[in-house]
Amino acid sequence: MHEMSIAQSLLNIILQEGATHQIRRVVSVALKVGELSSVVPESLRFCFELIAQGTIVEGAELQIERVPVTCRCEDCGTQFSVEHLLFVCPSCHSRRVEVLSGRELNIQSLEAE
Amino acid sequence: MRTVPVVRNILEANQRLAEENRKVFRDAGLFVINLMSGPGAGKTSLLERTIDGLRGQVRIGVIEGDIQSTYDADRISQKGAQVVQLNTGGACHLDGNMIKSALEPLDLERLDLLVVENVGNLVCPAEFNLGEDMKVMILSVAEGDDKPLKYPLMFQTSAVLLINKVDLLPYVDCDVKVMRERALQLNGDLTIFEVSCRTGQGLEAWFQWLREQVAMRKAKGDGAKA
Ligand SMILES: Nc1nc2c(ncn2[C@@H]2O[C@H](COP(=O)(O)OP(=O)(O)O)[C@@H](O)[C@H]2O)c(=O)[nH]1
Ligand SMILES: [Mg+2]
Ligand SMILES: [Zn+2]
Repeated sequence: MHEMSIAQSLLNIILQEGATHQIRRVVSVALKVGELSSVVPESLRFCFELIAQGTIVEGAELQIERVPVTCRCEDCGTQFSVEHLLFVCPSCHSRRVEVLSGRELNIQSLEAE
Repeated sequence: MRTVPVVRNILEANQRLAEENRKVFRDAGLFVINLMSGPGAGKTSLLERTIDGLRGQVRIGVIEGDIQSTYDADRISQKGAQVVQLNTGGACHLDGNMIKSALEPLDLERLDLLVVENVGNLVCPAEFNLGEDMKVMILSVAEGDDKPLKYPLMFQTSAVLLINKVDLLPYVDCDVKVMRERALQLNGDLTIFEVSCRTGQGLEAWFQWLREQVAMRKAKGDGAKA
């Protein structure tokens, strides 16, 4: 369950930012998590809630936006969104494709007091 | 109440450590593989075979990642290779920091190839870079040809897929053609080898691929693709 290490990294970043911006309490945290990332949102929420206890971010809500998987064909340049895990260009059927989005594991912003 | 924009990668700390490791590997002229699979697919068996097969040609070092025990490191040590055992004490994957801490006892100048045997798991290891040149994964025919559909990230991020235990094909319901096709739909750039660490079938092609990668790393110095 790597969600625990991801939750820990997330908490570290929030505590750093909290000190920089003199935040007393974090109410919610906006995240972007790609559809291709192996993070299970429910299990990330669970882990985060656990380790956030006793910190400025205790009880904060994780708002997780999922980012769809998109690719660009390296042969014909077509950009397409990946469905049913088919990393194949819909125009020319090439399999030489570059992943543009879907692997995100980013923090975006904090709602804070 | 106010909104504080904080656009950062959650795994940036690991990413930094992986880059530090990568620099150490490049300076030593090492080719580095992050070897991943589910438990029991044959990572340690492949390493034993590879150390024997490349003896006198490629100097191989191994970092063994396991939740517990030194069993795999002992197997590698018996083959005469430099080896470090990492015990994650429960963690389901290795990260950049663990690799950094494992490097000290290794004499990198006397190695050509470093293989990190990751914790047996088809999900988590794919998310954490270690500073490797390439991710290499093993899927054994006993695990079934549906696995690419269930663990897309690992197939998507690996450069090489070894389909192991082909000696068992007569006994299992696994269609290698289907397995290959499903893997290639996720990642058309995958280099695929069909092997048996039991009979040795197909291993020479893998050894040859490794010889070439190591030679390219030496030729390019630190300019090779990450
Ligand atoms: N029949 C068969 N068994 C294999 C093969 N490769 C490995 N094994 C067996 O699979 C088991 C797990 O192998 P191991 O290398 O320890 O897997 P690891 O957990 O990925 O390191 C052991 O009992 C090996 O002997 C193979 O090609 N064919
Ligand atoms: Mg092993
Ligand atoms: Zn195309």
